[in-house]
Amino acid sequence: MSKPVIATTSLAGCFGCHMSILDIDERILQLFDLVEFNKSPIDDIKKFTKPVDIGIIEGGCCNSENVEVLKDFRKNCKILISLGECAIMGGLPALRNGIPVEECLHEAYIGGPTVQLNTKHILPNDDELPMLLDKVYPCHEIVKIDYYLPGCPPRADLIWDALVALITGDPLKLPYELIKFD
Amino acid sequence: MKDTVKQILKQYGSDRNRLMDILIDIQEQLGYIPKDAIDLLAANLGMSQVDVEQTISFYHFFSTKPRGKYAIYLNDSAVARMFGYDSVKRTFESEAGIKFGQVSDDGLIGLFNTACMGMSDQEPAAIINNKVFTRLTPYRVREIVKHMREGKAVEELMNESYGDGKNQLPSLRSIVSSNVRRKGMILGDDYEMGTVTKTRLTKMSPEAVIAEMKHSHIRGRGGAGFPTGLKWEFCRRSKGDKRYVICNADEGEPGTFKDRVILTEKPELVFEGMAVAGYAIGSDEGILYLRYEYRYMKDYLNEVLENMRKQNLLGKEIAGIEGFDFDIRIQYGAGAYVCGEESALLESLEGKRGEPRDKPPFPVEKGYLGMPTIVNNVETFGTAVKIVLNGGEWFTQFGTEDSTGTKILSISGDCMFPGVYEVDWGFNVEDMLDMVGAWEVQAVQVGGPSGTLIGSKEFHRTLGYSDLSTGGSMIIFGPQRNLLKDVVLNFMHFFIEESCGSCSTCRNMTQVMTNKLTKILNGKGVKSDLDDLQSWAKTLQASRCGLGQTAANPIVSSLKNFRHLYEALLQKDKDFDQGFDMEASVQASCNYVGRVPNFNHH
Ligand SMILES: Cc1cc2nc3c(=O)[nH]c(=O)nc-3n(C[C@H](O)[C@H](O)[C@H](O)COP(=O)(O)O)c2cc1C
Ligand code: SF4
Repeated sequence: MSKPVIATTSLAGCFGCHMSILDIDERILQLFDLVEFNKSPIDDIKKFTKPVDIGIIEGGCCNSENVEVLKDFRKNCKILISLGECAIMGGLPALRNGIPVEECLHEAYIGGPTVQLNTKHILPNDDELPMLLDKVYPCHEIVKIDYYLPGCPPRADLIWDALVALITGDPLKLPYELIKFD
Repeated sequence: MKDTVKQILKQYGSDRNRLMDILIDIQEQLGYIPKDAIDLLAANLGMSQVDVEQTISFYHFFSTKPRGKYAIYLNDSAVARMFGYDSVKRTFESEAGIKFGQVSDDGLIGLFNTACMGMSDQEPAAIINNKVFTRLTPYRVREIVKHMREGKAVEELMNESYGDGKNQLPSLRSIVSSNVRRKGMILGDDYEMGTVTKTRLTKMSPEAVIAEMKHSHIRGRGGAGFPTGLKWEFCRRSKGDKRYVICNADEGEPGTFKDRVILTEKPELVFEGMAVAGYAIGSDEGILYLRYEYRYMKDYLNEVLENMRKQNLLGKEIAGIEGFDFDIRIQYGAGAYVCGEESALLESLEGKRGEPRDKPPFPVEKGYLGMPTIVNNVETFGTAVKIVLNGGEWFTQFGTEDSTGTKILSISGDCMFPGVYEVDWGFNVEDMLDMVGAWEVQAVQVGGPSGTLIGSKEFHRTLGYSDLSTGGSMIIFGPQRNLLKDVVLNFMHFFIEESCGSCSTCRNMTQVMTNKLTKILNGKGVKSDLDDLQSWAKTLQASRCGLGQTAANPIVSSLKNFRHLYEALLQKDKDFDQGFDMEASVQASCNYVGRVPNFNHH
């Protein structure tokens, strides 16, 4: 049997969840024995080159590009996992959700106390740029998500155990310490 | 302003436990509770301003801004909407020239919505400055607003005829109708006030009273159905310097109005029942906690109490029984359904936000002001009189084995004869529908929003604690009603509005589930949404009080009994759709930065 294929991406996240993947330390070697990586910042493959078994998503969706990438993942992956608070609930970026997007843009580019260099009040409106969504959406509000791994970031052990369980088909052990966050 | 507040403070002895009474009086006399008044209250009651403010902000009828010389609260319950809420609302808005939630510029009229106000058999109804107006029509609304502009007093606006029964008494003079359609041991006319006190209590020990109550197997009529005799016994045995008897007349469950009718037609029976309870548990103080919506009964009920005092049925050494002192005062809520939950009620009685307490300890151990307290429903107290009069054994011949006695039902909705019916427990739904003249019935909501919605397949079921348990609310829906949109969704909004917010389950899941229901109603639902609703409902069980624990019932019971209505709305060709709309969601930001949305080239 060929090795399961994995893809990962970071949407509106801080890459902390990816750091946590790397935090499995030397087990990363074991991981590479177990699986093959496709599109992912870990191996820097930019486009899907083959069907993928497990897609891991960090971050929610704050702009149109996030949505497209997420939909692309759904199309190419058999199983999608929301990894971490931002993918599951929107996380810190979603703090803007109670505020109209116009006010956010105004604060960031025109009125905010740290806006000094932008004397001409230029707003990012180039056609090449992703378009900002009205609020930050958790991934499951856009595509179907199969599994959720909570944490900010999820601990390396949780990621490791979950991946191993998925790949081997063994039941996942979830000791209390692994999913308790306060 | 200062003098008014000082006067009110004086009246209540600057007692912080009476903050609710104080705030209600200020709200009524000034039309709102100004900032200066809050400062004055804080200083005089030895509380922080925030403590005063958090009580104010909890209750629907308190406001820190003027609510208008005439503050109009129109009921927006499911039943009100069935009988013309929309046109009445529109007429109020066009006549007053403002929208709901606003006060007119001249400060004359304020328009507000309010939850079910216990008038389901005579909707649409509104409260205007503490007087109730029922059976409103656009014509009536135009007339009322015209009279307001002419500066007439609220009493003068009630120029139509008064309601039936005791609503016509000079001390009550209300438009409300009692609509008593079937009498039994409580609503019957064969009882003379004071008989039990004078002929039974004089011969019985408190323990003997409790023994009769236990023997009768009566269970509480407020919904939860706890055995009343046992509750009284627990309270009597609890240690405390003082004990309290509280009558729960919060009656907030939409569709219920029988306590209003009992208190209108048989208040003496309820008060005497409270005195009987006082005798049994060894208490000398009773409080009737009356929802603010029934404030129009204030003078009338006080007159009844005064009359009972004159006859020595309340006061000192009642009926000459040595050591039997008992008196009753009335305290009001201010618009909060959760205050019907007994521990929230106690918090409210103590002048605080009506947030339920953790249990144990139960009120029988630590209740009002930390003292042993019984809280019982209006109907329970009324029934107690009949039990002590005729004996527990006599009582068990009515009803069924596990549900003894009679039950007073509040029946409303699509039927010929809405009103109050006293029936023996064990009555089945089919007979009930015949009795009230409901021949074409799609569904019946038994026990209000926190109860169950049943369809014709279950009309053979009987009313009782072991089958269809109910605090008395029965709402009938004809075939023309859209059950999911007009009933289930309305009930969910009710729970969202009335959750006290303490538990994250109750605060959030009601909203989350309602979002999902709305999505299904908008034609965006898929099958997994139904599974989600079903499994998410379970998390609400973890809530602290009955409100949260039953808040998913409208969805759960309609999913069970009317699943086809949901299924008809689902998208057949999709198994995933969260209703995300990319074009709509980038619109605002693109507009703001000045670019045309482009979905093609990324
Ligand atoms: C949200 C909520 C609202 C309630 N409202 C009322 C009410 O309006 N009247 C009432 O008698 N009981 C109400 N109850 C039940 C009371 O908590 C309590 O069980 C009852 O007053 C006890 O009296 P009983 O044993 O005579 O029924 C409510 C309970 C909950 C959870
Ligand atoms: S269940 Fe709801 S109403 Fe009851 S205490 Fe919790 S938040 Fe308040």
